[in-house]
Amino acid sequence: MLNNDIRKDFPILDQEVNGYPLVYLDSAATSQKPRQVIEAVANYYQNDNANVHRGVHTLGNRATEGYEGARETVRKFLNASSTEEIVFTRGTTTALNLIAQSYGRANISEGDEILITYMEHHSNIIPWQQLAKATGAVLKYIDLEEDGTIALEKVRDAMTDRTKIVSMMYVSNVLGTMNPIKEITEIAHAHNSIMVVDAAQAAPHLKLDVQDLDCDFLAFSGHKLCGPTGIGALYGKKALLNEMEPIEFGGEMIDFVGLYDSSWKELPWKFEGGTPIIAGAIGMAAAIDYIESIGLDTIEKHEHELVAYAMEQMKTVEGLEIYGPRDSSKRAGIVTFNLEGVHPHDLATVLDMNGVAVRAGHHCCQPLMKWLDVSATARASFYLYNTKEDVDRLVEGLRMAKEYFQ
Amino acid sequence: MGNEKLDQLYRSVIMDHYKTPRNKGVLESSNVTIDMNNPTCGDVIHLTLQVEDDIVKDAKFEGEGCSISMASASMMTQLIKGKNTEDAVTAAHAFSDMMLGKDIDDSMDFGDIEALTGVAKFPARIKCATLPWKAMEKGIASDSE
Repeated sequence: MLNNDIRKDFPILDQEVNGYPLVYLDSAATSQKPRQVIEAVANYYQNDNANVHRGVHTLGNRATEGYEGARETVRKFLNASSTEEIVFTRGTTTALNLIAQSYGRANISEGDEILITYMEHHSNIIPWQQLAKATGAVLKYIDLEEDGTIALEKVRDAMTDRTKIVSMMYVSNVLGTMNPIKEITEIAHAHNSIMVVDAAQAAPHLKLDVQDLDCDFLAFSGHKLCGPTGIGALYGKKALLNEMEPIEFGGEMIDFVGLYDSSWKELPWKFEGGTPIIAGAIGMAAAIDYIESIGLDTIEKHEHELVAYAMEQMKTVEGLEIYGPRDSSKRAGIVTFNLEGVHPHDLATVLDMNGVAVRAGHHCCQPLMKWLDVSATARASFYLYNTKEDVDRLVEGLRMAKEYFQ
Repeated sequence: MGNEKLDQLYRSVIMDHYKTPRNKGVLESSNVTIDMNNPTCGDVIHLTLQVEDDIVKDAKFEGEGCSISMASASMMTQLIKGKNTEDAVTAAHAFSDMMLGKDIDDSMDFGDIEALTGVAKFPARIKCATLPWKAMEKGIASDSE
């Protein structure tokens, strides 16, 4: 387990909510930010703020160095071979939409198949629905196993000669399952399909290596890994990105602008129209530096221990049902559950009155909720700053809710 | 533990309506049917009304949701039964005001529904309480078209 001292890096955790010390168990929605990230953003605005890629002046150079330095940090974080393969976006959603709208519109035609799963977040469903509608392609879903995992056999069975895109989350934001992305990428490639990875829930917790995974695209968000909101990144293989058209046009992304025709900058800037998210990129790089200084392996281990402890303790609450794999080693730091007789919203309110923040609802996964045959669930998600005491407070709150609603 | 604050929200009348909802089910004789959901949390309501000569003769609801939304639906159907549609819509507006913490007209006899005033102090839960009322308003508006 990580030392509790780590909590001192997160000023927000040092407060009372509704009269109780805050227990934040909603990091899968967004993580809290360490002082190092807050200071990096403040320092940028206080000392270096200027627009990038155009300044002859000193501040312009500093801002550009900060922004492009952040791209190098992301490249190393993903082990991409070149910064040309790293496009800054507003987040995972924007990145997935970019792939669907740019790569998808150019490469998908009527009758082609796009393969996703029942566990996807809405942001990895709707861009493909829209693409299918616009092109006449067919959107297909891989069914899940009883415990919410994905069987490679089912992926193989679902592949056809028409499968052009397989898109899947690496870690489920509801079930906590970690999908075998490397193996699925191999299957996709064997059928000449590209592989898209939604790494929004994976990047904060697992060491990523795009060259080892061999995926074609991968997207993640800064705010879930201790960075600011409004920034994320898209990794794409250079050969694919080179062929793709931008979807946003304007300043920053152009090479030459004529009256009736224009040309684009080289990679990655052709995808970054308008003044970029400079402070966001710098903040996200500080967040990556921060979590890497602690170590992704250490974070993953910490979460595994917490989830194992949480599942063990939660099982002692009568009428509590946990969704997803029962084996805690198959999960990232997420436990989604329902308490018999207490609707998840009511549960979240009772917990909030006790200073414990959890998420309640469909978690942007309506098809998965349908698959689970529930209308809503409650979710506790853990990160590096959570402790066993946090779990105890959660369990105490659960017992209280049970009693209150009896 | 914060029981006192919780008691402001979950008044006994609310829990009673949640556990033994009135007018639960589907009205066979309905001429107005409304489905509404709360996209941010997944609450759903299926409301059936029998409206004749601008009078709500009968009302029933089915739904999936938290104690606040289901209790609110139960109380709402109780209130509007026998009311003319104009008064039902006026009540929906008054209920919205109540959720915003505004004082409501003394002439509005809300009965049990006043137990929901505590919801105004829980901003995240206001939409739970207003869902059935919005469904009713939409249904009546569609009937008068």
